[in-house]
Amino acid sequence: MSETIGRERMLALYRQMLQIRRCEEALVRLYAAGKFAGACHTYIGEEAVATGVCAHLRMDDAVFSTHRGHGHALAKGVPPAELIAELLGKATGCSGGRGGSMHLFKPEIGFMGSSGIVGPSITLAAGGAYSAKLMKTDRVSVAFFGDGAVNNGSFHEGINLATAWRLPAIFVCENNLYATEVPFLQATRNTSVASRAAAYGLPGVELDGNDVLAVYAAAGEAVARARAGGGPALIECKTYRTRAHSEGMRDAGYRTADEIAQWRARDPIKAYRDALLAGAHASSADLDAIDAAVKAQIEEAVAFAESSPLPSPATVADHVYSAGACLDVQPAGGGQHA
Amino acid sequence: MREMTYVEAAREGLAEEMERDPLVWVVGEGAGPRGGNFNTTVGLYDRFGPERLVDAPISERGFTALCTGAAATGTRPIVDFMFIDFITDGFGDLFNQTSKLQWMSGGRLKMPIVLRGCMGVYGSNGAHHSGNYYPFFMHVPGFHVVVPTTPADAKGLLKTAIRCDDPVLFLEHKGLLNIKGPVPDGEHLVPFGKAAIARAGKDVTILAVALMVRRALEAAEALAGEGISAEVIDPRTLAPLDMDTVLASLHKTGRLLVVDEDFAPCGVASEIATQVMERAFDDLDAPVKRLNGLFAPAPYSAALFAPMVPDTAAIVRAVRDLLAE
Repeated sequence: MSETIGRERMLALYRQMLQIRRCEEALVRLYAAGKFAGACHTYIGEEAVATGVCAHLRMDDAVFSTHRGHGHALAKGVPPAELIAELLGKATGCSGGRGGSMHLFKPEIGFMGSSGIVGPSITLAAGGAYSAKLMKTDRVSVAFFGDGAVNNGSFHEGINLATAWRLPAIFVCENNLYATEVPFLQATRNTSVASRAAAYGLPGVELDGNDVLAVYAAAGEAVARARAGGGPALIECKTYRTRAHSEGMRDAGYRTADEIAQWRARDPIKAYRDALLAGAHASSADLDAIDAAVKAQIEEAVAFAESSPLPSPATVADHVYSAGACLDVQPAGGGQHA
Repeated sequence: MREMTYVEAAREGLAEEMERDPLVWVVGEGAGPRGGNFNTTVGLYDRFGPERLVDAPISERGFTALCTGAAATGTRPIVDFMFIDFITDGFGDLFNQTSKLQWMSGGRLKMPIVLRGCMGVYGSNGAHHSGNYYPFFMHVPGFHVVVPTTPADAKGLLKTAIRCDDPVLFLEHKGLLNIKGPVPDGEHLVPFGKAAIARAGKDVTILAVALMVRRALEAAEALAGEGISAEVIDPRTLAPLDMDTVLASLHKTGRLLVVDEDFAPCGVASEIATQVMERAFDDLDAPVKRLNGLFAPAPYSAALFAPMVPDTAAIVRAVRDLLAE
């Protein structure tokens, strides 16, 4: 793998995973300090998945994300400052303060949004793939989703349609074993998501989602095939979130401290750092320099977000409709809008 | 001007827009070579090919959300549901994704998607093929709701819907599909939010929705024989709703009847009556009256079917009652 990926790319993967981790840690601190309310679904423990997949994407490729989407956003190129500002509800956030943790948007770089409803990332990404096909481009469209989505109709309908129509889509399941707090083992009798691919007739692979190089390899193959017109793929990444479903939530009763400790011991960033050192791809000094640069970037991002202005309340009803030419009168339905 | 049926006129509009913009595409069960259950796409498959006239599996939630994703990424899908009842499997994604993505993205995503289908309590289609559903969409920020009643409007409003960057629910009443009427030659677009005065009058205003416009016109003709001059308004779009035209008419007549075959609670008449009270209470010589379909699912048997929706005689009676207030 290291022969084909190259040293520079290997270090970029490390930098990206670390950026997600440090950004999430900053958000955890800000939440604990009472700097924002609402959801904060961290991606800590799952960084290898978004990093390994998005490393293959161009800016014009589309990513459709989930309620646990901070990592997807950062890996697709949303600046940490805009992510943190969004969670602080600031005008400079990537959704201008409209979205928060669950509703991140930056379509100008192909980050088409994260959803608070589990499942639609799959069908929406199939639609992004349809556009790519109709427009005769080689763009691909990626859906991230958790194990919680695979027993939802979106999974069945979206993957079936994308396969039937041979669309350039990559379906990335982050199987972190729990849908909020419901164990996947209790949610289905077939706990192999990858095996379900056979039901639809697309390739399905299962891999260690905490191994960034494994994710990178499988995603590379799927993206290349989709770009070449070979149709979609399903990739199941076995991983784990080591923090609560959302910051501030009671994280007990459904999983054990032992289980969390076991997965923490398999931390994807630490494992990758060890592998880089063991394979002599980088020195400690190289990696420490990346650590320091990321740390500085996140500190700067926090300062930017904290000092950013709040959005203007007067803008809250903007963009319900486009400023299209289809209207002869304003579209307001009535009542207070009349 | 040519005489065309409603379906022919809408199909001509669709073909013109597909010719004009290669990013317009249609998906639906039977929308391909067959040309649609209601002949909405007859002949278009041969002209535009399988990537733009896409036969779909019975997977309404899937292809509704897929088209939402496609609209967000640069193409202009038209979902042809055949019977509009089949849209209901897609409600979750329509209300949480399709209607909200423009707002959620701060206007950076567009949502040029048309959701079309045939509606209405008409014929023995039974409980799962007779619904209307437009009040749901009127209630939600982000949708336009279009209910053409003439061939010319079917064409002109469909063309506007296809060019619109917002989600449009385009509803064709089954009782209107085969009516004939004049359609202008050349480019014909009808803007949203502009009601039509289907018949001018001075004693009473009747606002009717979809097929009820035709019944209201018949009623107005009958009432004219009694010396009653009824003005009939066809709103053409329910969202946006052209209240200015309604209020101008009411200012003249002082009395308003809303005829809607759909259910009364939280419906079109509820909204209009409230806006009339808010904006034109002093113009009212009598309370706003509404005439709706019965509050029950649509039956199969003709014996059960007859009383379901207002007929011409019921509209005539309602107008007499309103004038007696």
